[in-house]
Amino acid sequence: MKFGILINEGPYQHQSSDSAYQFAKASIEKGHTIFRVFFYHDGVNNATNLTAPPTDDRNVTLRWTELAQEHDVDLVVCIAAALRRGILDESEAKRQNKANFNLADGFRISGLGQLIEAGIQCDRVVVFGD
Amino acid sequence: MLHIVNKSPFEKNSLEQAISNSKDGSAILLIEDAVYAAKSSSSVAEMVKGALGQKTVHVLGPDFNARGFADEDVLEGVTIVDYSGFVDLVENNGTVQSWV
Repeated sequence: MKFGILINEGPYQHQSSDSAYQFAKASIEKGHTIFRVFFYHDGVNNATNLTAPPTDDRNVTLRWTELAQEHDVDLVVCIAAALRRGILDESEAKRQNKANFNLADGFRISGLGQLIEAGIQCDRVVVFGD
Repeated sequence: MLHIVNKSPFEKNSLEQAISNSKDGSAILLIEDAVYAAKSSSSVAEMVKGALGQKTVHVLGPDFNARGFADEDVLEGVTIVDYSGFVDLVENNGTVQSWV
C-alpha cells in the first residue's frame, strides 16, 4: 500500500515525530511505500540541520534524512509554516534577504498542495502530532 | 475505520470523543500518552470496557512498556500490538482518523 504521513509536532516535544518515524520504518519493512511525509505547523522544526543532540540520543532530523535517502521518501515542509519558524532553503533565504539557510538534506520546501496530492495519491494518510 | 488516540485521558478528552463518535465495528488504537487508558485499573477503565463490546481496542506495546507497564497490566479485552501491528491496523481499516 501507499501511505502518506502528516506530522504537526516538533522534534523532542512529545513523541509524534518518533511515532511517525517508527511507523514509517515498520511500513517500509512490511513492503509498503511511504509516498510522502508532510511537515506542517511546528512539525517543520524537524527539518532544521542546526540541531545537535547529544551523541547517545537519537537524531530526529538525521533519521528522516537517512530514511529519505535510503527509501526514496519525499519529505515536504510547508512553506508558510517554515518561513514563520525560520526554516529556509537557499532560494528562500535569498528571496527573504536572509544571510543563512538551514533546511536539512532530503527535505524540500513546498506548499499545502503537496499534502492534498498525498491525500489523493495514497491509500492511507496517517496524522501524527498535537 | 481506525481511530488513533495519542493523548492521555487524564489530559484531554480525545479518547472519550473517539469512543462516543466512532461507529460500531471501528478499531481504536491507543499510542503515546493514550496508553494510560489501557491499564487494567484506572478511573477510565470502565469507559474503555464499555467500548469493547462494539469496537476493538488496541494499545501500542512499546509505548505501554515505555511507561513502566508490563503486558499483563493491560485491561482485559485490549489487544497489544507492535509497530508492525499498527501498520496492519492502518492497512486493514479503510480510513484513519487521529484524535490529537
